[in-house]
Amino acid sequence: MSIQQLVPLILLFPLLGGIINGIIGKNLPKTVSGSIATLASFLAFGTAILAFFKLEEPVTIHLFSVISLDDLSLHARFLADNLSLWMVLIITGIGSLIHLFSMGYMKHDEGYYKFFTYLNLFIFAMLILVLGSNYFMLFFGWEGVGICSYFLIGFHYSDAEKGMLNGLAARKAFIMNRIGDLGLLIGLFLLLAQFGTLEYGEIANKVLVDKMSVSSWMIFGITICLFIGATGKSAQIPLFTWLPDAMAGPTPVSALIHAATMVTAGIFLVVRSNYLFELAPATQDIMLYVGLATSLVAAFIAMRQNDIKKVLAYSTVSQLGLLFVALGMGAYTAAMFHLTTHAFFKALLFLGSGSVIHALSDEQDIRLMGGLRKKIPLTHLTFLIGTLAISGFPLLSGFYSKDEILGHAFHENIGLYVILMISVIMTALYMFRLYFVVFHGKFRGSHEVEHHIHEAPASMSIPLVVLAVLSVIGGLLNLPGIFLKGGTHWMSHHLEHNTTGLSLVGGEHGDSNTTLILMVVAVIVSLSALAICYVIYGKKESIPVPDAQLSGWQKLSARKLYLDEIYNFLFVRPVEWLSEKGYKFFEITFLNGLVLGLAKGIGFSGELVKKWQTGRVNWYILWMVSGIIGLVLYYLVKI
Amino acid sequence: MNIETIAIILGGLTIGSALMVILSTHPVRSVLYLILTFFMISANYILMNAQFIAIVNIIVYAGAIMVLFLFVLMLLNLSKDNEPRSSVKMKIAATIAGGSLLTVLVAALKDTVMIAKSPLASTTDDQGMVESLGQLLFTDYVLPFEISSILFISAMVGAVLLAKREKQIID
Amino acid sequence: MILASLFESGVSVQFYIVLSTILFAIGVLGVLVRRNAIIVLMSIEIMLNAVNLLLVAFSTYFGKGDAQVFVFFIMVVAAAEATIGLSILVLLYRNNRTVDIGLFNKLKG
Repeated sequence: MSIQQLVPLILLFPLLGGIINGIIGKNLPKTVSGSIATLASFLAFGTAILAFFKLEEPVTIHLFSVISLDDLSLHARFLADNLSLWMVLIITGIGSLIHLFSMGYMKHDEGYYKFFTYLNLFIFAMLILVLGSNYFMLFFGWEGVGICSYFLIGFHYSDAEKGMLNGLAARKAFIMNRIGDLGLLIGLFLLLAQFGTLEYGEIANKVLVDKMSVSSWMIFGITICLFIGATGKSAQIPLFTWLPDAMAGPTPVSALIHAATMVTAGIFLVVRSNYLFELAPATQDIMLYVGLATSLVAAFIAMRQNDIKKVLAYSTVSQLGLLFVALGMGAYTAAMFHLTTHAFFKALLFLGSGSVIHALSDEQDIRLMGGLRKKIPLTHLTFLIGTLAISGFPLLSGFYSKDEILGHAFHENIGLYVILMISVIMTALYMFRLYFVVFHGKFRGSHEVEHHIHEAPASMSIPLVVLAVLSVIGGLLNLPGIFLKGGTHWMSHHLEHNTTGLSLVGGEHGDSNTTLILMVVAVIVSLSALAICYVIYGKKESIPVPDAQLSGWQKLSARKLYLDEIYNFLFVRPVEWLSEKGYKFFEITFLNGLVLGLAKGIGFSGELVKKWQTGRVNWYILWMVSGIIGLVLYYLVKI
Repeated sequence: MNIETIAIILGGLTIGSALMVILSTHPVRSVLYLILTFFMISANYILMNAQFIAIVNIIVYAGAIMVLFLFVLMLLNLSKDNEPRSSVKMKIAATIAGGSLLTVLVAALKDTVMIAKSPLASTTDDQGMVESLGQLLFTDYVLPFEISSILFISAMVGAVLLAKREKQIID
Repeated sequence: MILASLFESGVSVQFYIVLSTILFAIGVLGVLVRRNAIIVLMSIEIMLNAVNLLLVAFSTYFGKGDAQVFVFFIMVVAAAEATIGLSILVLLYRNNRTVDIGLFNKLKG
């Protein structure tokens, strides 16, 4: 089977799964419906692995042309190169594990088949996004994941107490994504205007081979618009407040969408368009600073959050900020490496938190948890591994990926390195706070919940174990030079091998000494954070205080820097005011007046004409005679 | 006294009597004036050498139709007192309308150019009038002639049916 | 003879055209002005006679008898119409005790 045939198959499996579940899923028993979806996902993963090992040169697979005019042609065409297949592996791999997890987690849910339909469709849309060979397919997948995430976040919209909130959270996510999408769309239009085509290959040719001269304003405009799109999807300032709210969705959704796949779409977009971004250093600077700011702000807010999923959500935002810093420095492969490891341990953390929530009968406030170390050992162990990985504990995957980015930052600018280090420290601090509060100390919940604590079933624990293993050994993908003599930076070389533009950027890998020193610094930082948290939360067993007792910086952090309130004031209220005024003016005054006025006018003219019908023969004959006179006169005068 | 004068006098009398028909207040007087008008028009016909039409005019119109009118008038027992009058507005409007109709029609027709100038071929012998008319009627126009008899029958039936008094059920 | 060749001896056709038109206009006036239904019917007879006059004039002018046949038929129709009209009028009087056409305005509005 050639790549040509494998790639459409990869897309076909989740689509089929989604369609089958969508149409007849209601009538199937729960296990069958879930298995179909999970099987579809695993088959896609298997096919992706086959394709991955077969791939030599980039392959385009043309399905059909959507529009083909002289000036404009848009094709449904797929591009399989190392970058896209790498993303496919992540998406299908982690997606399959999450499908397996959901089979256990959502067992008691009514809309079981609906959930799996949406999951499969989401995978399908995401695959289109990464496998497309032009920006049009990317946009198609972009919108697809947007709508699927809306469905999934607001999945429990009919819940008795929180249904409205879920729906509102889904709406918020969708609207903020939309704002980003507008930027992306404008970017696409600019690309069309400048290059006349949306194909990656053709644009790359025009930029790199033909050395087409593009005005710096145009390229700045294009890249800024693409970045705005990425901001919406990948939750950067100012469009990130949707992601914490999106935790209203079921936990597998958070794992899939907000840890591993959808939020990485923005990163993928930038990496795909790396040659464009290389031409616009201004945009790269903006990306860097926005990413830096996001990373700091999100980490700060996460320090005092008390919902287990919200901490992880802000952690995701912070890590995405880190990724954008990497992209801003032109370290594309480093970003992809951290994206991969982040997918591993973030999914692990989310699924672990899902297991905790499931064990505690849907409790999410960490102040009512505690001492779960002995009660759910497997979850505890995997969660610990995830926490260590994200904090950059030496030799786990996160350590290597973060270190590579920090290395690039150090070479770029020492100040940048320091600020980034602060963000890393905060990451370690809040993650360990979370770990110790949840798993150590005494259990603080009610007795009833305590009775029901049980370890996760196999369908939920297998993914946890797999992801934990990946989080540990994931660092091997892109080891820096000091560990092995040869075969280092495997992933960077693999990606640069046949992805356009990356080989030109190919980051410089620092010399051994600097790398070693930086590594030691990172180890010290993460170990000291671990120690501090152990002291505060482990030994002293201090638990987060109730909301009322907060003050100072803690209050700012817990209240999410009042960002939601600020947005509400700045944007939501004026729009609502405008729409109300518009309703009053346009709808009531203008349109109503127009329509009713028309009706009244017709009635009025009817009244006027009614006076003619006197019912008296004399008058009728008079009018008839006048008509005859008029007629004869007309012909008289004409001739 | 040449023909012209006679024609003019006759024309004037016709117009005068027609005017009196519509202007007189008493309905019976209107009927009488109408009969006079018919006589005048017949005189015009005789002047134009259409004797048969003239006689038929008098017999049919003045003899039959006007008698019918008189019958109905007598039946309704109308008199001068309960004669309805129309408003002044209507009279003015009607006068204007009638006047302009007259003007327009005269203006339309006055400049007509006669195509055939004075043919007057077969009017030399006068007794042939009835004969020739009869010939035309029974050869070229026999179909309308027959159909007109059907028309008369239907008119008669209609008139009788319409004016019949409804049977009163006396209980 | 005196009665022959009217149009050769000075009287023009236009005279009869104008005469006929005046009679017609008088008929129209009668229909418009009078409110007594019988007078209206009589004015209609005047109009028909005006047309008859014109037809006969042209028949004499062209020497053909066809127009007089047409006059014949007009008279037929006029007789039938007058009959029906009068019978309707009698019915009207029976129901409304008046022949004032100004009062028959049930088709108003």
